[in-house]
Amino acid sequence: MSVLTDVAAFLAAGSNWQPENPDGITARLLEHLQYTGIALAIATAIAIPVGLFIGHTGRFAFIAINAGNAGRALPTLGLLSLVVILVGIGLVPVIVALVVLAIPPLLTSTYAGLQSVDRATVDAARGQGMRERQVLLRTEVPIALPILMSGIRNATLQVVATATVAAYVALGGFGRFLIDGLAVRDYAQVVAGAVLVAALAIVLDLLLAGVQRLVVSPGVSGRALTRTTPRKVSP
Amino acid sequence: MITFTAVTKRFPDGTVAVDDLTLDLPEGKITVFVGPSGCGKTTSLRMINRMVEPTSGQVLVQGRDVMEQDPAELRRGIGYVIQTAGLLPHRTVVDNIATVPYLLGWDKKRARSTALELLERVGLPAAYAKRYPAQLSGGQQQRVGVARALAAGPPIMLVDEPFSAVGPVVRAQLQAEFLRLQQDLGKTIAFVTHDIDEAVKLGDVVAVFHQGGHLAQVDTPEQLLAAPANDFVADFVGRDRGIRRLGFRLADSLPVQPVDAPRDSEWVLDLDDRGRPRGWSRRGVTASMQSGGGTFTTADSLRTVLDLTLTSPAGVAVRVDQHGVADGTVDHAAIAAHIQDDPIRAAR
Repeated sequence: MSVLTDVAAFLAAGSNWQPENPDGITARLLEHLQYTGIALAIATAIAIPVGLFIGHTGRFAFIAINAGNAGRALPTLGLLSLVVILVGIGLVPVIVALVVLAIPPLLTSTYAGLQSVDRATVDAARGQGMRERQVLLRTEVPIALPILMSGIRNATLQVVATATVAAYVALGGFGRFLIDGLAVRDYAQVVAGAVLVAALAIVLDLLLAGVQRLVVSPGVSGRALTRTTPRKVSP
Repeated sequence: MITFTAVTKRFPDGTVAVDDLTLDLPEGKITVFVGPSGCGKTTSLRMINRMVEPTSGQVLVQGRDVMEQDPAELRRGIGYVIQTAGLLPHRTVVDNIATVPYLLGWDKKRARSTALELLERVGLPAAYAKRYPAQLSGGQQQRVGVARALAAGPPIMLVDEPFSAVGPVVRAQLQAEFLRLQQDLGKTIAFVTHDIDEAVKLGDVVAVFHQGGHLAQVDTPEQLLAAPANDFVADFVGRDRGIRRLGFRLADSLPVQPVDAPRDSEWVLDLDDRGRPRGWSRRGVTASMQSGGGTFTTADSLRTVLDLTLTSPAGVAVRVDQHGVADGTVDHAAIAAHIQDDPIRAAR
């Protein structure tokens, strides 16, 4: 029980939350968000266009299919160490490792989302006179959006949880509490760090769920069916 | 309006879907492409809006080769209705209907007001405008599909098995409304179906396709039933051709007997005080006009009249004028004699 009360005390301590405190929770939160944000932005900029291309054209589909498996097989910590050896300590190795972690779920879900779109709908869209770009942006993406969003949420969760590795290479983030706590056997700090990571993951996921609700059409999410009870009058 | 000249489509795997098709689709009429599956009817249809490109030959739309036109622009000028409606699930009904106007860059207000007019035109209440396709039944979605094809006012419509996914009752209803709509609009329509009854019901001209993409016969529905070009067509057209063909002949020239002329039957026609038929009676037994046959006008088909003589207890169908007053009767023998003077049969 003493660890739990110590954890509570750690999290409740006002000094830990002061923005000026460079080792405080607020500073670590901003660092953690920074790594997560940069990594997700880069991964999204790479994986979503590639996924859209593969999903729309159906070419190189093996890349999207195998990306998921390959991604799971790569140990993030190992990759991090490798890049540190190659380029030295700093932000770059951390971001590289997190980007590599985030790409597979993004790529796979973008591809899977486009694959899930009914071919007849795409055919009809093209038949009405949409150009290929319009077919992709006005038909395939809006319909694929729920699956695409789930990939973004999935990638975000993994990156938030894994961004703790930054502390291994002398950077900040919530990982500092884990590494530093273990070094001095301050288990309250370790647990507090884990709790903070989990809480941040949940908050970000809730935010993204809100975004998803805003951007996904009710006609696709199924909300249209529950929001109003359609009277199916005979046609 | 639409002309196929020696058009062949061979797919990369070597399958010949359409073989040397030459066909003219008359302006303002419905031309039905009908045939068994794999006969090339849908491929032929899709060559009109370049969804499929011919291997050789030429498809002209309004005098211009489709291969020389920008595919997207060509398609925006041709209404396209497909089997499963193919609506965009993420857009509301009104925005689905306005798809082509949006692509053509109409301002949103005009596109929407046109869409709302069309919604009404295809028989859906305005309240449906804000719904999503998933909230509609299959038949309703198909109506929206038709409205979408009409939205930018194209002179040509391609219609691919639009009613095959709905039940028989709704199908008959949609077919009747489709004909009514076409009467108002007079579009040049290419209509694909595998159902010969639908072809005969809707087509001004019916093109029967044979397996391997050959054209077996192109004719009016009545001619098709009267004189199939070969065994394949005869077989495809099916049984009861003679009876079905009577559906195309109006009863306007059918000779009738006076209502009070003596008949062999003991059944007596009951008339009310204005001369409108009430039913049949015989020795105190009565049959109402509804259960015992019925009445016809000169706008009904010979098929209807023949059916009435079969269901009437007296073997007699009663003709009425526009006020519902009986003005003549006809029996099977008279219909049979009338059909003997068939102009089509006489011509053969």
